[in-house]
Amino acid sequence: MNAVAKLGLKQRYSLLTRGLDWEPSYQSKSAIYPYAEFEGIKIHDWSKWEDPFRLTMDAYWKFQAEKERKLYAVLDSFAQNNGQMGLTDARYVNAVKLFLTGVSPLEYQAHRGFAHVGRHIPGVGPRVAAQMQSLDELRHVQTQIHTLSHYNKFFDGLHEFPHMHDRVWYLSVPKSFFDDARTAGPFEYFIAIGFAFEYVLTNLLFVPFMSGAAYNGDLATVTFGFSAQSDESRHMTLGIEVIKFLLEQDPDNLPIVQKWVDKWFWRGHRVLGLVAMMMDYMLPKKIMSWREAWEIYFTEAGGSLFQDLSRYGLRVPKYADVATAEADHISHQNWAVFYQYTHAAGFHTWLPSAEEMDWLSEKYPTTFDKYYRPRFEMWGEMAKEGKRFYNNALPQLCTTCQIPMAYTEPGDPTTISFRHSHYKGDTYHFCSDGCKDIFDNEPEKYSQSWLPVHQIFQGNCGGASVEEVLKWYRLNLGADNLDQAGSPDQAQWDAWMEARRRVAG
Amino acid sequence: MTIEIKTLKVEPRRQTFGHIARRYGADKPASRYDEATLDVQATANFHYKPLWGADHWLYDERRTRVTMADWYKLRDPRQYYYATYNIARAGQYQTTERNIEFVDKRGLLAHLDPAWRETVETYLLPLRHMEWGANLNCTNICDLGYGTAVTAASIFAAGDHLALAQIIGRIGLLLDGNTGASLDRAKDRWMTAPEWQGLRRLTEDTLVVKDWFELLLAQNLAIDGILYPLVYGRFDAAGQALGGSAVSMLTEFMNEWFTEHSRWVDAVIKTAAAESPENRALLTGWFATWASRAAGAFAPLADHVLGAEEGTRALAEVVGGLQARAKTLGLAV
Ligand SMILES: [Fe+2]
Ligand SMILES: [Fe+2]
Ligand SMILES: [Zn+2]
Repeated sequence: MNAVAKLGLKQRYSLLTRGLDWEPSYQSKSAIYPYAEFEGIKIHDWSKWEDPFRLTMDAYWKFQAEKERKLYAVLDSFAQNNGQMGLTDARYVNAVKLFLTGVSPLEYQAHRGFAHVGRHIPGVGPRVAAQMQSLDELRHVQTQIHTLSHYNKFFDGLHEFPHMHDRVWYLSVPKSFFDDARTAGPFEYFIAIGFAFEYVLTNLLFVPFMSGAAYNGDLATVTFGFSAQSDESRHMTLGIEVIKFLLEQDPDNLPIVQKWVDKWFWRGHRVLGLVAMMMDYMLPKKIMSWREAWEIYFTEAGGSLFQDLSRYGLRVPKYADVATAEADHISHQNWAVFYQYTHAAGFHTWLPSAEEMDWLSEKYPTTFDKYYRPRFEMWGEMAKEGKRFYNNALPQLCTTCQIPMAYTEPGDPTTISFRHSHYKGDTYHFCSDGCKDIFDNEPEKYSQSWLPVHQIFQGNCGGASVEEVLKWYRLNLGADNLDQAGSPDQAQWDAWMEARRRVAG
Repeated sequence: MTIEIKTLKVEPRRQTFGHIARRYGADKPASRYDEATLDVQATANFHYKPLWGADHWLYDERRTRVTMADWYKLRDPRQYYYATYNIARAGQYQTTERNIEFVDKRGLLAHLDPAWRETVETYLLPLRHMEWGANLNCTNICDLGYGTAVTAASIFAAGDHLALAQIIGRIGLLLDGNTGASLDRAKDRWMTAPEWQGLRRLTEDTLVVKDWFELLLAQNLAIDGILYPLVYGRFDAAGQALGGSAVSMLTEFMNEWFTEHSRWVDAVIKTAAAESPENRALLTGWFATWASRAAGAFAPLADHVLGAEEGTRALAEVVGGLQARAKTLGLAV
């Protein structure tokens, strides 16, 4: 055993991991991997897969354990020192509520989804990478719960996050998004989550939340965000490698993949509307506007990405131009919806202050003053007269994205956009061409959508009155919902700040 | 800032989440395991039936014939959540890493009796493929299982089996001087050697089991329950007189892991069996099938390594131990 050969990382990884697989003979490959073919993706040679990172399990444990030790040390000290008192303002916590109820359950779905592809993708390289991502995503949901558990002790709106995620009207937007990906075949899931979400859109989700946390004194969430960054960079790499691999393996894969990219871009764009609203309206201290974030992370970064992918024949997702035009409107339209329905939401709303409106005018010079300021000012007047505006009619929802129909026609911000399709004798409604196309391509799937408003009308949500429905959501009425002003959260915050002023003399 | 805050009254308005408090019957501080685990999986109002299996919802209790009033009874006694799992494994692996270095530096594998060295190659190295099969099975249980209590522990077990396969791979590289030739030979054995074919058939057959709880039992109780005591107990003991202590050092992780893993498996099976006579009958039936299949599949390997007579006896004792274990879990063995 003298003169031991030194192994390169790639060779060592390949011996320890890639060599594990074998060609079965007692059971057929199609019995072991039953979902590998129904989507029509053709893979001729899995051995062509290049592992983008070569982590053996022991190295994974070591890196991840180190990160967890550091993260939990910060979380412990945040809790001990009542870190929530260092926030810029109590309004910030509403962003955290939206995150725990809307995003953390998606991390869980990602975890189970990557277990599914980590079992069912026939290539050993991507299969192991998917398994590690499954573990990472479990990490994300669990560390997020632990991070936000401390906020739950002091603030409303967080205490029933899994129950709410399965029921509340606006949370069916992110839930249906992930249910959609999870119920797709393994290759579509990989493109939907690994590529479209993790690679193309992730910066528009995590950068706003994590920088929002940093700007607003939320040390716990920031630490989590930083700690997850190295996981995310692995996820992005995997996403891009998978799409390239599929496109390289067979030209017939291109039209299938293109359709998925189009679909998941639009699905993702609709979900991110919630983030847009969070950035522009919910952060007491703003990072940048949604429009600016869209320009940096989609128009520029996405532009060069699709430039790069054009050599495979892939083009920019359909309706990317519409999405870009919507970046001037979407946050305002969404916040207006939540303001009107604040009695039915699990977080608080408010009207932007005069300074905030000026900031919005500056960031949205072509749209805010013209279309949105007047409405917010009118609502402000009404509130002053004791006639705070609530919308008590249940909204119609888009069958695909499940957002209330409040978006406007491309190029005409004064007309609500309505589309519809007929399927098996029923009419289905959509907010946009993008959502209608998605339905028309898979009507069997989307006609099943669990649409919260339909479900309320059908008596499946606790009762017919708003109050009964909210109780079924397990919202504490008068605490979790309604305006920030007058909420228990705000009262407690004011008391803290008052006491702090007294102590400071 | 700190002094200032100390003098403020900062009282929590609640101790934990509503779903945890309901389970505790009171709003009191919760463990990190509980908050990271209980009720985390969605249970209602799924939007679409899976394109890969429209007969079930995404998460569906009916993917197994086992029934539980509350799937979160299947708790992990180790209370692993992601952080504690990774920290525990990273610590355990440090010892393995040190042992590998020690054996390598001292050239301890050179002390192996040449015939036994050949035997070790025969019985140990092909096992990495079986571990890979176990990895896929545990990933599958995470995919199809119901409730985070059992699914999270299953993806941890999947990670464990990948690591176990890789430790065996590293032992192969120590034996062959990093050429990988021993691993190639091991794969040939796995594919064609008569003493391995029953085990490969067993492994491939588990890969197509549809009921995830049956798979959990087959893999984690029946197969692991014979493999570990037989290979890392009996085979290893037989090697002691033949210079095999270096191999014991290299596989210390396996024994330690198996003891710990069994605590989880036992808790899950025992709780499910205690739930109802129907569960108990179902688990008993599955155990009878898979334990006898596994015993039969290991017999040629035991004979090959220990000789026919000793092999038969050792395997019978291991199987007897497994049956006694199953009895303590409430199965009607
Ligand atoms: Fe994640
Ligand atoms: Fe991710
Ligand atoms: Zn829509």
